[in-house]
Amino acid sequence: MSNIKFFIPCDEANHTCDKSQYKEATFLEKIKLNIHLIYCKACRKYTKNNALLTKKIKISKVDCLDKNTKEAMKKDFENALKEHSIQ
Amino acid sequence: MLNHQLNPNNWIDLYSDYLFNYTISRVNDREIAQDLVQDTFLAGLKSMKNFKGEASERTWLISILKRKIIDYYRKINSNKGKAEIRITYNEDSESEGDWLEERVADPFDKTAEYTIENEELGDAIHKCLNKLPEKQAEVFKMKTILGYETEIICNELNITASNLWVIIHRARTAMADCLKENWF
Repeated sequence: MSNIKFFIPCDEANHTCDKSQYKEATFLEKIKLNIHLIYCKACRKYTKNNALLTKKIKISKVDCLDKNTKEAMKKDFENALKEHSIQ
Repeated sequence: MLNHQLNPNNWIDLYSDYLFNYTISRVNDREIAQDLVQDTFLAGLKSMKNFKGEASERTWLISILKRKIIDYYRKINSNKGKAEIRITYNEDSESEGDWLEERVADPFDKTAEYTIENEELGDAIHKCLNKLPEKQAEVFKMKTILGYETEIICNELNITASNLWVIIHRARTAMADCLKENWF
């Protein structure tokens, strides 16, 4: 019991908070985060904004191209651009 | 007078995600959306001389894209022979005879207001993403929007997991700051 530290520094708390936005934080990490949030106002604010950001992105249903598709698109377009400038 | 200029060299970096997002919400198929976006850029390049500088580059590209989307729907409709209109009725004895009223208000349909707000939000998110440093935007998009696993991103970009989380943290802080004014 004594080798588990329940009080964590802010950077660790923020890291757990980031991970939990992607459902990658473990149960113990979440407990530690919540203990930290009890007494740390700055991290409470960060956690709140972070959760809100996740929510906003989810409801906005934004989508984007993946890197490879974009690269391919760029290549095609650059060829077209070259032809265009020759004419 | 505002006079906008076209600079096709930056188009893909600046607008491809935005145009893709616009298209995907209308055609619901990634591949078709990609093709339409690509077509739009090429069409834009061809008709650059018609650009009068009245609208911003992005607005101008969107107007081309809208045409492309309409053309796409026209094409698939002509394949079918003619356009179809389908109306589904609720087979519910309680609402018998209410079919007209039922058509008027569809409780399952999102209101126009809701859709517009979401489109504005998506717009704001894309603008904020464009402000991030390239690497941060890249990682953030892969992780948050495309939903890739940490491991896959690390392999593809050749970074360590802790490196990834530092980048994610910076990106999230910047995104929250950027969206704060209007959306939080």
